Amino acid sequence: MRILIVEDDDILRDGLKVGLALAGFTTDAVGTCDAAATALAANGFDAVVLDLMLPDGSGLDILRDLRANQNDIPVLLLTARDTVRDRVAGLDTGADDYLGKPFDLDEVAARLRALSRRSSGRATAALEWATLKLDPARQSVEQAGKPVQLSRREYSILHMLMAHPGVIFSKAKLEDKLYGWQEEIESNAVEVHIHHLRNKLGPGLIETVRGIGYRLGGAG
Amino acid sequence: MRSLRTRLFAILLITTGLLWLSATVWIFLSTRAEVERVLDARLMEAARMVNSLIVSQDMLKDDEASDRPAQSAMRIPVLDHPHYDRQLSCQIWSLDGTLIGKSDSAPNTTLAAHATGFSETVINGETWRVFAVENAGLGVRVLVGDNLRIRDRLVNDLVKGLLFPALLIIPLLAVLIWLSVGRGLAPLRRLAGDLAARDASDLHPIDGLDTTKEIRPVLKSLNGLFARVAGAREREQNFIAFAAHELRTPLAGLKTQAQVALASDDRDIRDKALGQIVAGVDRTGKLVRQLLDIASVEAVEDGKAAGAFSPGEMLASLGTELRSHGTPAAEIHIDEQLRSLKIGMEPELFRLAARNLLENALNHSPPGTSVRCGMERQTGGVVIAIDDAGPGIPEDEMAHVTERFFRGRFRTAIGSGLGLSIAELALDRAGAELQLRNRAEGGLSTRIVLPQSLIL
Repeated sequence: MRILIVEDDDILRDGLKVGLALAGFTTDAVGTCDAAATALAANGFDAVVLDLMLPDGSGLDILRDLRANQNDIPVLLLTARDTVRDRVAGLDTGADDYLGKPFDLDEVAARLRALSRRSSGRATAALEWATLKLDPARQSVEQAGKPVQLSRREYSILHMLMAHPGVIFSKAKLEDKLYGWQEEIESNAVEVHIHHLRNKLGPGLIETVRGIGYRLGGAG
Repeated sequence: MRSLRTRLFAILLITTGLLWLSATVWIFLSTRAEVERVLDARLMEAARMVNSLIVSQDMLKDDEASDRPAQSAMRIPVLDHPHYDRQLSCQIWSLDGTLIGKSDSAPNTTLAAHATGFSETVINGETWRVFAVENAGLGVRVLVGDNLRIRDRLVNDLVKGLLFPALLIIPLLAVLIWLSVGRGLAPLRRLAGDLAARDASDLHPIDGLDTTKEIRPVLKSLNGLFARVAGAREREQNFIAFAAHELRTPLAGLKTQAQVALASDDRDIRDKALGQIVAGVDRTGKLVRQLLDIASVEAVEDGKAAGAFSPGEMLASLGTELRSHGTPAAEIHIDEQLRSLKIGMEPELFRLAARNLLENALNHSPPGTSVRCGMERQTGGVVIAIDDAGPGIPEDEMAHVTERFFRGRFRTAIGSGLGLSIAELALDRAGAELQLRNRAEGGLSTRIVLPQSLIL
């Protein structure tokens, strides 16, 4: 899951970027409204963690613009103002959730997972496909009841495919979801991760649709 | 509370009444004067007419005159008006003092003792206005008199005739004034109604395009007041929001980095997170120091209590102190003139102000540039200027930068939004002033304006 973090305080921004990456998200972080608008225009994010007070404006303005443009990307507001009135204003502007500073990193991660689950229309946290079970909260994968050890990238690819069964993901799209801006993408990295996944979970799980991309295949 | 309507009504009624009264007095006086003039002329004319009648008809022969008894004196016919009958009385006296003839209304005693002209005589309690003509040729004196009582009645009747309609009109006028005042005050009543119907938190300006010229200034000042109250309320809310942001964000940063350090097995990640925690604690420490600075500035009782010092030396030592804390790149230049200047004010206040200003200038300076501390003499004092080559302050933020916790667009990571506010507060306490100006060549000039009284 690729997350955009919009926060002006560099220490907190860095903490969120690293901390959420540890929790299994692909993270990018910006510190101003302008940079946030540019990043969001490029799309490709699954959720936004948004601070309200930014040097060049209010996070609420970003949110308003998003919703005015029919962009319903899940937004988690982070703010120091957490009176009921502020929460109501934030939620009414179109935020999906709200956390007051200082918050718990695990709670941010849990809420982001919940937002993504809700936005994809699922009620339960775990994803299932045939005998495969993926629990986003624990970042754990089980096959036929037995735990499978996956690397962070492998897990992310599997998570994406399982969250949208039947949907074909292009290599570019997978790379986009897998890597933040600053990260170096090795060529054929996606092929390598898919190869490892097939080794660990069985060759039939991930189908290659020639010339287009990858999707979940028949029972693995 | 007295009603404006009653007040206006009373004022209008009293002034109208007074005007009416004085007009009546004036009419009364001028009418009486005119009536008297006319009646006097008539008296004169009547006397002369009687005199000429005597002459032309030769009514009085000496022998006849001597035979005729006073009682059967000749009747002189006078035209009567039923209401003002017997107004004119006429007597003809021989020069030796016998009554030759008189009109019906005339008394038997002589109307006047004088020879010719006007006079006033009291006979039997009645005042007469008499005109006398002496006819030396015939040896008679003609006296024609007016009873003043009747004259007064005439004047009074005239004035009464004028007053009567007035008495009828005054109540009518009162009703009309009452209604017109009510109508004239309608815009005021509408405004009062609008205000009364308002919510206490409703601070929108009142729409007053259709209102009268006189109420517009009231409306304008009311709207001005609303705007000021709304502004104050907004500033207050902004202050709370800014304060919450500035106080809670570093805590959130510390907690998040601590959780990263706890969660990661990767040594690099943990070390970096711990490094961030150290930086965060430094920043929070600075914030706490500034909050305490505000408290200590506010606690200073007499900021003008003199301690003599050189602002140049103070700035130099502050510069060294800031560099030792690792504040970056820019050079500090201090004008020699500034070192020889001596000022007398609470040194701690100047130190706090200068420290924050210098720190701001250094933090906003691009590497390789310099911060210049100089001085200018101007009428009424001295200006100490700290000039940097940073981004300056956008003009629209100028009015807000000294508000506590306000942070502009060109904020630095380690700012807290308190520096300028502390500097302004401290200088104000010491009797000096803080001015901020964008420099034409780029960068900000923060200016400490010291009045002559602080210069030693």
